[in-house]
Amino acid sequence: MSCQCGNATPADRAKFEELGKYISSLPIAENPSRSRGFLIQTLHRAQSMFGYLPEEVQKFVAAELKISPADVYGVISFYSFFTDKPLGRHKINVCTGTACFVKGAGKVLEEFKRRLGVSEGETTADGRFFLGALRCVGACSLAPVVMVDDRVYGNMTAEKVADVLAQIAD
Amino acid sequence: MKINLKINDQPVSVDSGCTILEAAEKLEIKIPTLCHFTMDCFNVEHRSGSCRVCVVEVKGRPNLAPACCTPVVEGMEVRTNTLRAINARRTILDLLLSNHPKDCLTCPKNLECQLQALAQEMGLHHLLYKGEQSTFNKDLSSFAIARDLDKCIMCRRCETACNKVQTVGVLSGVNRGFRAVVAPAGMKRLADTECVFCGQCVQACPVGALSEIDYKYPVWRALNDASKTVIVQTAPAVRVAIGECFGMEPGAVSTGKMVTALRMLGFDKVFDTDFAADLTIMEETTELIDRVTKNHDLPILTSCCPGWVKFLEHQFPELIYMPSSAKSPQQMFGAIAKSYYAEKIGVKPEDLIVVSVMPCLAKKYEAARPEFAPNGVRDVDIVISTRELADMIREAGIQFEELEDGVYDSPLGESTGAAVIFGATGGVLEAALRTAADWIAGQDVREIDFKAVRGMAGIKEATVNVGGIELRAAVCSGLGNARKLLEKIERGEANYHAIEIMACPGGCINGGGQPYHHGDTSRLEKRMAALYRADAGLPIRKSHQNPDIIKLYEEFLGEPGSHAAHKLLHTAYIDRKNG
Repeated sequence: MSCQCGNATPADRAKFEELGKYISSLPIAENPSRSRGFLIQTLHRAQSMFGYLPEEVQKFVAAELKISPADVYGVISFYSFFTDKPLGRHKINVCTGTACFVKGAGKVLEEFKRRLGVSEGETTADGRFFLGALRCVGACSLAPVVMVDDRVYGNMTAEKVADVLAQIAD
Repeated sequence: MKINLKINDQPVSVDSGCTILEAAEKLEIKIPTLCHFTMDCFNVEHRSGSCRVCVVEVKGRPNLAPACCTPVVEGMEVRTNTLRAINARRTILDLLLSNHPKDCLTCPKNLECQLQALAQEMGLHHLLYKGEQSTFNKDLSSFAIARDLDKCIMCRRCETACNKVQTVGVLSGVNRGFRAVVAPAGMKRLADTECVFCGQCVQACPVGALSEIDYKYPVWRALNDASKTVIVQTAPAVRVAIGECFGMEPGAVSTGKMVTALRMLGFDKVFDTDFAADLTIMEETTELIDRVTKNHDLPILTSCCPGWVKFLEHQFPELIYMPSSAKSPQQMFGAIAKSYYAEKIGVKPEDLIVVSVMPCLAKKYEAARPEFAPNGVRDVDIVISTRELADMIREAGIQFEELEDGVYDSPLGESTGAAVIFGATGGVLEAALRTAADWIAGQDVREIDFKAVRGMAGIKEATVNVGGIELRAAVCSGLGNARKLLEKIERGEANYHAIEIMACPGGCINGGGQPYHHGDTSRLEKRMAALYRADAGLPIRKSHQNPDIIKLYEEFLGEPGSHAAHKLLHTAYIDRKNG
């Protein structure tokens, strides 16, 4: 199965090749009817390579695992970790798990939305920020918590949102 | 192994692996269902257990059990109608309705909706929960299937139809929580996908989330336009199903009533797709004999089913040389009407409106394919389904059941028994075999019933003696079965001369535009039997003996397979691997 994207760059072609090799290394042949069971780990690998899961990648994975593209998209759209759109350079994730939610994460999220002009799960037009919500980062004692890339901000309030954004350099 | 249990104190003994629902059916105890869907004669079963409407009480089990997917165990004691079960069901239904649009009066599935029926059955007269409403855009992008996702209840019956039965793989459950719906990859519009428009999802959908694109109004407008001559053709499978829309017994043959009704609606001429089916046989059988005697490009595949053709173009483009180049009967009818017939009556092709009544939704798409509009004038202008015709008859106040039998107009209304069986899986092949046998033997062969190719089985194989030649033939219906057969051909494991393929399981009798069967496949069996009854009752049962077909070749086309015939009656297929 060759790469399905007609106008892929050489770098992309190399990624498709690597992904193809990864899929052929999976023990699918031992149980071909269960090829769907390898979907999630394949998507993880693909997203770490491409940064996101564009349609061409979805079609490639579907063809390799012999499942329908609709099925692949179904899984991608179900799990919030997977995305079919390129994400911003900085990932802002507001925890909306139970503890953070009770302590006002909703207001914090609203303030990020207002300031960035995007909805949850979207990236700003300039490609700088991705805004997401996730459930529980395991720092409930600091609730409400916001993660910017790998950094955790505790005891967040709507008022602190501007400061947090200002601290991001590029 | 038999399992003994009690349902509402009544003992019953069923096979192990049976569900509570199946055991209850044996006792004629009705448990309401919604997401559950079966098509017995095709071994299709969808039991996702997602709606929970079928919950019952099981002694010793703390929570309620969904009857449709809970297997029976020895000594089980089930109660289907306790207050707890009834209350739970009402709550579930109430919640399902909390975000369901309440526009039943104008819904395309009004009175055919199983959610509506359930609400009526349970006597739900006021709702406790006022939920947020979903606001998806309607998808009216295709010529065939309308999607209204706000009405989707996530039963996922359409997914089983699309993925398991048809293996088209366009639909899948996407998103989660409140935003969850069934949709194509990337939430694309149906027109931008590999959907073949077979409409099996529309048959499976219990609510108004999936329905046909409605063309009744363009037909009304044409009928009331004095500057147009409006003619109609009716497909074989419509006549054995339309009666069901008027409460007639399934399997009633309503050809005569339907003709009368069409005339009353105001069509200038009422013609028959069966005429064009006979024409298809002339061209296809000529091609069959040619390819078999020269032993090249085998097997020949039938090409009358537009859903199947589109499936082939997307999924097996390397095999597009295989189908007969003959157009489908619908398109042959259109091409002849806009040339031979238009000329005969002295009307310009653009002033002649050809309306089709089809059991099919893919026919709406087929008629709109650009290659079927020479000089920008479509051969078939408007396609309505069996259901839409029934709606128009009702709207016109015509009492269908009371009508006298009418007869088709001449010359495009004459047909044979070979044509009427096109509506059932196996019929096209049988019709071709009848003509091939005569042509090869050079005589009127008397044995014309090829029973080996009849019946509901998804894949049928037969070796038949046709005029001294041993012809290896296969018939399949349902695209999942077609895929199996085509993969065998690709692997070089199948060696047939001719294969008939229909997209819908059972053929056109089970088309996406037919009256909703709601999983009752006994209706389909009755429709099929009716077609063979109609065939047996006709004086002429071989396509090449149709006198008006003979005349058409004499006056206009010359020989089957001639240059003129090729120009009007044949087509080519498109590699759609990349969209």
